[in-house]
Amino acid sequence: MPILTSSNLAVGYKGKTVLSALNLDLSVGQLTCLLGPNGSGKSTLIRTLSGIQKPLSGTVTLEGQSINHMSQKERAQKLSLVLTDRLAPGNLTAYALVSLGRFPYTSWMGSLNDSDKQLIQWAMEVTGTVGFANRHVGELSDGEKQKVMIARALVQDTDIIILDEPTAHLDSPNRIEIFHLLNQLTTKAGKTILVSTHEIDMAIEHGDDMWLVMPDQHIKTGLPEDLILNGAMETAFGSHSLVFDHQKGRFRKHKPTAKEHEIIGDPIHIKWTQSALERLTVSRTLKIEIRGDIKQPVWILEGHDVTFDSIKSLINHLKNH
Amino acid sequence: MFLLDIGLGSVRIPITDTVRVLLGYSIENEAWQSIILKIRLPRSVTAILVGSALSVGGLQMQTLFRNPLAGPSVLGITAGASLGVAAVMLAAGSVTTIFSIRQLDLGSSWLIIIAATVGAALVLAIILAISFRIKDNVVMLIVGIMVANITIAIVSIWQYFSDPEQIQEYILWTFGSLGGVTNEQLGVLSLIVLSGILFTFFLSKTLNALLLGENYAQSMGLNIRRSRVLIIAVTSLLAGSITGFCGPIGFVGIAVPHLTRSFLNTSDHRVLIPSCVLVGGMLMLLCDIISQVPGSQTVLPVNAITAMIGSPIVIWIIVKRRNLKSSF
Repeated sequence: MPILTSSNLAVGYKGKTVLSALNLDLSVGQLTCLLGPNGSGKSTLIRTLSGIQKPLSGTVTLEGQSINHMSQKERAQKLSLVLTDRLAPGNLTAYALVSLGRFPYTSWMGSLNDSDKQLIQWAMEVTGTVGFANRHVGELSDGEKQKVMIARALVQDTDIIILDEPTAHLDSPNRIEIFHLLNQLTTKAGKTILVSTHEIDMAIEHGDDMWLVMPDQHIKTGLPEDLILNGAMETAFGSHSLVFDHQKGRFRKHKPTAKEHEIIGDPIHIKWTQSALERLTVSRTLKIEIRGDIKQPVWILEGHDVTFDSIKSLINHLKNH
Repeated sequence: MFLLDIGLGSVRIPITDTVRVLLGYSIENEAWQSIILKIRLPRSVTAILVGSALSVGGLQMQTLFRNPLAGPSVLGITAGASLGVAAVMLAAGSVTTIFSIRQLDLGSSWLIIIAATVGAALVLAIILAISFRIKDNVVMLIVGIMVANITIAIVSIWQYFSDPEQIQEYILWTFGSLGGVTNEQLGVLSLIVLSGILFTFFLSKTLNALLLGENYAQSMGLNIRRSRVLIIAVTSLLAGSITGFCGPIGFVGIAVPHLTRSFLNTSDHRVLIPSCVLVGGMLMLLCDIISQVPGSQTVLPVNAITAMIGSPIVIWIIVKRRNLKSSF
């Protein structure tokens, strides 16, 4: 069931349409990933869907009501945002920042009652931010900051949460954690989440639904898997030098197909040896055997009277001969 | 601090007598009594009002523009007041020294105040008219600085074509003075400042939301334009009235919010606003004590003292505490 719908929506700025003819549905309780290359208009679309920016044409409907006809306060109680904006208030504690999420509900003084405090406690537990509740925002790492901002959005107590590239500055473990968290929020807390990202693998792994920005200023929607199979993914991101690896579900530089080498041994060792050999252009088919203990394997190259104790020494040998 | 400020001055009055006068008892020396009640008491109260009003104004500007260098004068309000005063002093034509009779003649001191208020209000009207059309707060800040510069330029052109004596009067006014406010004027000034500070306190939730930046504030249901107009209006009221009554007083408005944030280590305006009132009032009293050069007959311009005493304090605190940077 859609909670946020756009019909025939065009977004952009005066004199410049970024995306047009958008008929999008955001389904309740799902994690939808908005995927597109840098500069493809993801942020503009998010600003328009959340009512910050006026659409060029068409409408955005939130629970059956046009979003531009709602008051800011009404909107703030239905839809919360996590943006890419730099955070400045270093003197604010994480707890104080999260509690600002109660803004649309509190009185003029902004004082919190017991149910507000319970909600804040819950949000900080869910996002794993309780541990640094009393630390100042300026002292937090990027990953911690992002979790605090998500907690703030949860405290705003809206059905919909929209996040603009929440993992942009994060390292790999943090990225996985954030996407896992978003996934949990849809399944456990029943939130409807739209997240823009350019991380294809994350979107494929965690997304229930995908909006894919195409080069012709349209958006294709569907399950990530369907979009891979029907080639939309390759059209969206691919170029003459970049191809989508349908096996691995990621893009790579176009190269003449690597030779299939004959490798015998433990399957995991075979996989990574093969991966290293792909970077190397070897004209002939190699026969390699991996022997020995799983912790201390030995690589044996057929026809050569040498053994190698690491993939690196094997590759170095191949480069030199 | 308040007592100390009243107790010290170019005429030596014993502290016991000072306290007695303040408590409403009469003392034998009637001259002392009238010095305390007619000159020193209004002066000290003015110092507190000036310090708190400018500090609260500066705090709001720093939060609104998310800029540590913003102060109450940043939008040209002070410059507007100066233009008003310049218009009266330089264009009045009469060479009679308006400024020198200001302390005695009620009529002309009100004239200066009204001129400054009109000037500040004029610039404020321009700024507000522009602010309705502008989305971005940073652009708003730049526009404000530009308007201030234009106003200052008009004043300098005016000065260029004026007689030296008139310029001197004007320059005397720009030194700032806490002593020119009479008891009657004090009532008006306190009313304006107190209501301005109270109004700012009502805006503290808005100011807190603005800490996250405009986009977040908006996403939480804050009407950016309306809040901006309110914040600018109340800051102008505070800065404009102070400038009108006491001349342009610099530094306090920028420094006190930083000091307060640094000491309390918080950004919550519900705490910061009352604290700024306290710290600003105290700092201004201290500056006033120093400007009267205890033990001597000289009185220095207060505007010079605020910067000369205040700046080293701020530098010392920045170096010592090292947490100022993270505030912005």
